[in-house]
Amino acid sequence: MTAGGAHQEAWLDEAAGRLVRPYTVSAGRTRPTTAMELLSWVVATGVRPRGRLEPDHDVALRLCGAATTVAEVAARMRLPAAVTKVVLSDLVAVGAVRTRPPSPAADPTDRTILERLLAGLQQRL
Amino acid sequence: MPAYNSDSDHLPHALKILIAGGFGVGKTTFITATSEITPLRTEELLTAAGTGVDDLAGVEAKTTTTVALDFGRITIAPATVLYLFGTPGQDRFWFLWDKLCHGALGAVVLVDTRRLPDCFAAVDFFESRRMRFLVAVNEFDGAHRYEPHEVRQALGLRPEVPIVTCDARHQRSATVVLLTLVQTLLTHPARTHPIQAGNPT
Repeated sequence: MTAGGAHQEAWLDEAAGRLVRPYTVSAGRTRPTTAMELLSWVVATGVRPRGRLEPDHDVALRLCGAATTVAEVAARMRLPAAVTKVVLSDLVAVGAVRTRPPSPAADPTDRTILERLLAGLQQRL
Repeated sequence: MPAYNSDSDHLPHALKILIAGGFGVGKTTFITATSEITPLRTEELLTAAGTGVDDLAGVEAKTTTTVALDFGRITIAPATVLYLFGTPGQDRFWFLWDKLCHGALGAVVLVDTRRLPDCFAAVDFFESRRMRFLVAVNEFDGAHRYEPHEVRQALGLRPEVPIVTCDARHQRSATVVLLTLVQTLLTHPARTHPIQAGNPT
């Protein structure tokens, strides 16, 4: 994950916050061309779009270097999810990012999942 | 930049637990303590059909609201990620919760005993959706006012709903709350599957 480096380039100022109004990034658009949920997966395809990317698109693409969720990209870029989805769908449109639906709803009675979760949490104690 | 196989099996598996409770009860603090990354905040536009009162004949009333969401991430295994979602604290966003609930394993309802009624709405909601939850009394600054059994009585909790105390500021304490929830799911499996409400989020 390249969050640290990405932050420095995301038109962010530690004291002032974002230096560009959020909806300026998406040119006022709030409806992405690709349907995405907060927990949809996004991952870079390795295809580098031709031409120069807008700064926020560039940051978003870097954040997708390993599979991550729309929610994480939004939060790391400090952008509303609606704007992030527009940026990501722009990247999908040029083939730079692939999106996948959210993981299937976990079955709260699935012992395999629950035991894995238990073990993972215990390790953090 | 490495190319990725289109096989969706390579994606991690995401699990979701909700952190609920009244405004200012410590949801963000809890997520901060447990998350391996700085708690993240974003805003989401949520749309819900209007409730009966405002309905006009033949017109589908819809409300779109921007809601701030806090969430954290805990890597459980190389390919398993647990997301913690803090539900919007204001009661007026209740109708938006269905969307957040979809696919969640369960919920933690944080309680501040100084403002017990603030959690009523969350308890009612999860009971009505048959979502498994536990109640975690957040003991602010060591302030101890009521015993868990008193809180249980005040909330009218069913016997199978665990009630624990915690200090949401501390990683270990908050993680134990999550562990207790998962242990409860393992030892007392739900008799019925939760209602899959709303659209996936």
